[in-house]
Amino acid sequence: MIQLENIHRYFQVGEQRIHALNNINLTIKKGEYLSIMGPSGSGKSTLLNVIALLDQPSSGRYRLNNQDVTQLNDEQLAKARRENIGFVFQFFHLIPRYSAAENIEIPLILAGIAAKERKQRVTDALLAVNLQDRAAHRPDQLSGGQTQRVAIARAMIMRPQILLADEPTGNLDSQSGREVIELLENLNQQQVTLVTITHDESLGRRAQRRIRLIDGQIKD
Amino acid sequence: MIFTDTINLAYTAIKTQPVRVLLIILAMSIGIASVTVLTALGESARLYIVNEFEALGTHLVIVLPGRSETTGGHPPLFGETPRDLTLADAEALYRSHNIAAIAPITIGAAPVSTKGLERETTIIGSTSALRQVRHLSLAQGRFLPQTNKALSICVIGQTIKDELFAHQQVLGQWLRISDRRFRVIGVLASEGQSIGVDFDDMVIIPVAAAQTLFNTHSLFRILVEAKSKQGMYKAVDEIREIIKARHEGEDDVTLITQDSVVNAFDDILTALTLTVTSIASISLAVAGILVMNVMWVSVTQRTAEIGLLKALGATKRQILWLFLTEAVMLSVAGALVGLFLGKMTLFVLQTIYPDFPVFLPTWAVFAALFVALLTALIFGVLPARKAASMDPVIALNKK
Repeated sequence: MIQLENIHRYFQVGEQRIHALNNINLTIKKGEYLSIMGPSGSGKSTLLNVIALLDQPSSGRYRLNNQDVTQLNDEQLAKARRENIGFVFQFFHLIPRYSAAENIEIPLILAGIAAKERKQRVTDALLAVNLQDRAAHRPDQLSGGQTQRVAIARAMIMRPQILLADEPTGNLDSQSGREVIELLENLNQQQVTLVTITHDESLGRRAQRRIRLIDGQIKD
Repeated sequence: MIFTDTINLAYTAIKTQPVRVLLIILAMSIGIASVTVLTALGESARLYIVNEFEALGTHLVIVLPGRSETTGGHPPLFGETPRDLTLADAEALYRSHNIAAIAPITIGAAPVSTKGLERETTIIGSTSALRQVRHLSLAQGRFLPQTNKALSICVIGQTIKDELFAHQQVLGQWLRISDRRFRVIGVLASEGQSIGVDFDDMVIIPVAAAQTLFNTHSLFRILVEAKSKQGMYKAVDEIREIIKARHEGEDDVTLITQDSVVNAFDDILTALTLTVTSIASISLAVAGILVMNVMWVSVTQRTAEIGLLKALGATKRQILWLFLTEAVMLSVAGALVGLFLGKMTLFVLQTIYPDFPVFLPTWAVFAALFVALLTALIFGVLPARKAASMDPVIALNKK
């Protein structure tokens, strides 16, 4: 489902050229649960951004569902991102002026889905993360755990096959962190491919498949 | 993305920044209000003046003594090569078949008095044809008879009647002009404001009498009414030929047609309206820059949100339109407020000056809305493009 071949990514920082990803070869099959670990600056986030189609590799080939996505234009990239990938962030990234339901609705709006269907799907999504009574609450009225659950509902609203989580528990206490992880793993059991990046060894070890990144290279 | 959703998203984004919204709407409405008010005033002035002229008849030809190169504008008061126009010249013009009426005019100022009341006023010497040419109507009595004799009769304007013959039977009374006496045979209906001449404050006497009164043989001008609009240009040529033949082959008169005067005024006032409107639109440009400024701040503040929208699958175009829609909504709201303010101002002006017809042409309303829209698009496009072209990774990590 995800095939990365000889992926390199360079950044120009002032005079210096940083080799953030160095010859990454990685295949992720449908339904897998994969964790990416490594010290900060090892290229974890860059790798996740490349997988999420938010960043383009400097060289190499990325095939998503057997389609080469390195040559897509902005329009096609946005569509591929919208339909295939759900993203959960460390800092939640909910829009503060919108309610939980409205935040979850945004991907549906961007996809041009009619209001009636959106409403139904948002209701279902809130139910799935057990927040149906928080639909009208704004992010500042929600706890950290609830906020991240809203973010997961938003990530899954387009029913993507891939769920990417960047330090999903990094800003949560252990109790709500555990709830969030259980929610994510629950989704994985429903055949959603789950990729998490984390510093947290105990969280990383929960995945069936673990990858360690050091200086932009995969060290198994 | 569905259109109404774009509007909705833009609207909710705008709602969170009420102070900025007010500022933009204020700036935009001042711009639009000043443009509409000034356009309305200029346009109304133009129509007012054009109408005044056209009320005098559209196929009027004015013959002035002296030759000056002019194609309209203000008629010169004095010719440059003074070979006088005479009554005989005027009568000779009847040879042209395209002429309906000829009114020779002598003009002068003299004291008019009756029973101890005296008033300095304008005396016009003319013939019965003046009534037809200038479309004069009478309140009482009759106009000058169809004769060229120097009869001692006069027709007076409303102001003269009110000042000298207040609450009196005026017809048949004697009026002293300078050292001669004239019997009043008619009173002109009030003309109100009329371009050039105020017929209310005026005494009209037979042209021959006026020439005697002012001791002159020359005419101030000759007013000629052509039979038709088409006939007017033929009449102009014929008048020129006739006068030339009478003036020893010299073409020494100036002919002004009514439409050239109207066109000249029309052109001048249109240019004036455009100038004034352009000056007013500077305020629109200022409003536009404010729109750009506010949108720029908005884009910068919402960087993380833009990154998020991209991560959730928004295209560049969707982001661009989202921000442009915000700019357009703000500007159009400002324009609507501005139109309202403009209408209010015009209403107040109309109440203060009821004589001057103020109206806002429909095209100006649409132009104002269109300009506001254009301003928003022009000045909104830069910030919106900045938003659209943001790198989602960098934007997301911005706090």
